Amino acid sequence: MEMELNKPMDGSGNKPVQEVDLFRQLLRPFMPDHIVRIFKLALKSLWLHKLRSFLTVLGIVFGVCSVIAMLAIGEGASYEAQEQIKNLGSQNIILQSVKPSDDQKISGAAQNFVLDYGLKYSDIKRLRSTIPGITIVVPGRIVRDYIWNATRRVDGEIIGTVPWYPEMRNHRVSVGRFFSEIEMEYAANVCVLSAETAQQLFPISDPIGKEVRVGGTYYRIVGILESQKVSKTTSADAAPKTITYRIFIPLSTARERFGETILKRRTGSMEAERVELHEVTVKVQDPKMVVSVAQAINNLLQRNHKKKDYEIIVPLELLRRAERTKQIFNIVLGSIAAISLLVGGIGIMNIMLATVTERTREIGIRRALGAKRRDIVTQFLVESVMLSGTGGLIGVLFGVAIPFLVTMFANMKTIVTLWSPLLAFSISALVGIVFGLYPAIRAAKMDPVEALRHE
Amino acid sequence: MAQKSIAKLEDVKKTYLMGVVTVQALRGVSLDIKEGEYVSIMGPSGCGKSTLLNLLGCLDRPSSGRYLLGGVDVSQMDDDQLSEIRGKRLGFIFQSYNLIQQLTVVENIEVPLFYQGIPHEISRARAIEMARRVGLEHRLHHKPFELSGGQQQRVAIARALVNDPLVILADEPTGNLDSKSGLEILQIFDELHKQGKTIIMVTHDENIAKRAQRTIRLRDGVVESDTWNN
Repeated sequence: MEMELNKPMDGSGNKPVQEVDLFRQLLRPFMPDHIVRIFKLALKSLWLHKLRSFLTVLGIVFGVCSVIAMLAIGEGASYEAQEQIKNLGSQNIILQSVKPSDDQKISGAAQNFVLDYGLKYSDIKRLRSTIPGITIVVPGRIVRDYIWNATRRVDGEIIGTVPWYPEMRNHRVSVGRFFSEIEMEYAANVCVLSAETAQQLFPISDPIGKEVRVGGTYYRIVGILESQKVSKTTSADAAPKTITYRIFIPLSTARERFGETILKRRTGSMEAERVELHEVTVKVQDPKMVVSVAQAINNLLQRNHKKKDYEIIVPLELLRRAERTKQIFNIVLGSIAAISLLVGGIGIMNIMLATVTERTREIGIRRALGAKRRDIVTQFLVESVMLSGTGGLIGVLFGVAIPFLVTMFANMKTIVTLWSPLLAFSISALVGIVFGLYPAIRAAKMDPVEALRHE
Repeated sequence: MAQKSIAKLEDVKKTYLMGVVTVQALRGVSLDIKEGEYVSIMGPSGCGKSTLLNLLGCLDRPSSGRYLLGGVDVSQMDDDQLSEIRGKRLGFIFQSYNLIQQLTVVENIEVPLFYQGIPHEISRARAIEMARRVGLEHRLHHKPFELSGGQQQRVAIARALVNDPLVILADEPTGNLDSKSGLEILQIFDELHKQGKTIIMVTHDENIAKRAQRTIRLRDGVVESDTWNN
């Protein structure tokens, strides 16, 4: 028996049909439970293609760990440089005598047997009287000679200076004391050794109260300077050559013992130099004035020196330059890092696009079973963020470990700052979102009918 | 006939744009399927069967006309609303089972509940109950590829039932199965019908169509006949 049922009915019977709604009140898509399941699902999908996921993660690992490692090495290098400059004193201006270059010599006092150049005591007098805001001026004389303790000797620098030298140049006296003003006044034969010199000349015994010999004169040791911070931290990589052995004697003593003329015996020739002061340190009271004072000193010295036989070193400027260099360094490293992360991100995008195409059918099924577009976006986005996040995490571990190994095997100072792993990790997570978004949106935009038909 | 109208189409038309040519897949279909009916849809290929099923399944919207599902007009709903309707009111059974390969049996059954945000304990219990009903309680943690076709289709049925839908839509459910497992599936359908479920099944097999209460034949985008089987 057949019955035609092809007549349209009016909408009188339209009553909301009772719903499935035992569960409706329990609809809570943002519960931790739900989120955990989304993550588990993503993990399962990624696990399906272990090698592929691993390789994608690897791209991010390299990006992140190179960022951290490079920043750590860069930071370490610039820290050393800055530390060295800081030891010169940021409020100081250091004037040094330099031997004028040959062409200047000819035009100047060419016939003179004794080469006369450098800073004079008169320069200091002039500086004191004309430039305001200068607190202390430390004159210094530097003579190179052998320093003896009985039969031990080192080739070092004898520095004639003033009692307040250590505080100006950030040196600390570790044992004993620096020489006093009275000793300065009487040109006493006392000296203070640098830590390196002390170690070299008195490897086992306590040098305080003993004497060292320079030329024909004996100097009583009153103190030893602390080894400078930098050389301590980098003791491993500082080659022995670069250590300068120094002893400090009162300036007045230096003038008396060595005179103004220094004879240097070289193989085959003899050279005489006449230098009053090798080094002058000027401390400027106002740190803001350092650069302008340096300029003023330069103008003053230029007027009195025909030849360019001096050099002005402004540690503050060096520090600024070092900071600028570091900035440039960081920008360059940052760009390299950005590029490597970009490459990793492209890898993720590539894989996610392939995954989306491959799983078109699955997307169709999920859509048919009630998944909204945003559910699909979430699913694929979580997968890509999981890839990049895992890569970021492993990258951070390697990135922190590599500088350690570099310090251990290459003897280079490295500093892993706290922000660099944080930055690198959050960028990697961001890469996952940015490069996962397009494939995820593409997946969500698919027509469910088409997607279901996909083979 | 006091039963409620479950799926009601009013002069539904669907046109596709294929390149520059517009194809009229449905040229005005009116249907009224009541609660508890077991309906088969037949017709030669290209008659608009799939299009009709997609519309009934809220996977697509009609170009014109109205579609009332459980008394609610779904023909003008947006994508999110349709997703919600699919998840809550419809159960799909496909020819090729369409299980998600990386999920286990019980996880596959849970998928519709997952998208409704139903807590894990509740949905897991319900999924296990469904698996038991289709006789797969011993296969809960197997992956689809470890199951036979018949078993996979039973998982799909369990998945279609898990959200207690208004209508179960089946597209050639036995098309990929041997006759024995096909029969098993059809027996489950009979059982569901007895329990009062509304089933709409697309098939091209006369014998299968005859098991349904009512057969709707389509030709060239219109209903050719709508008959009750005895």
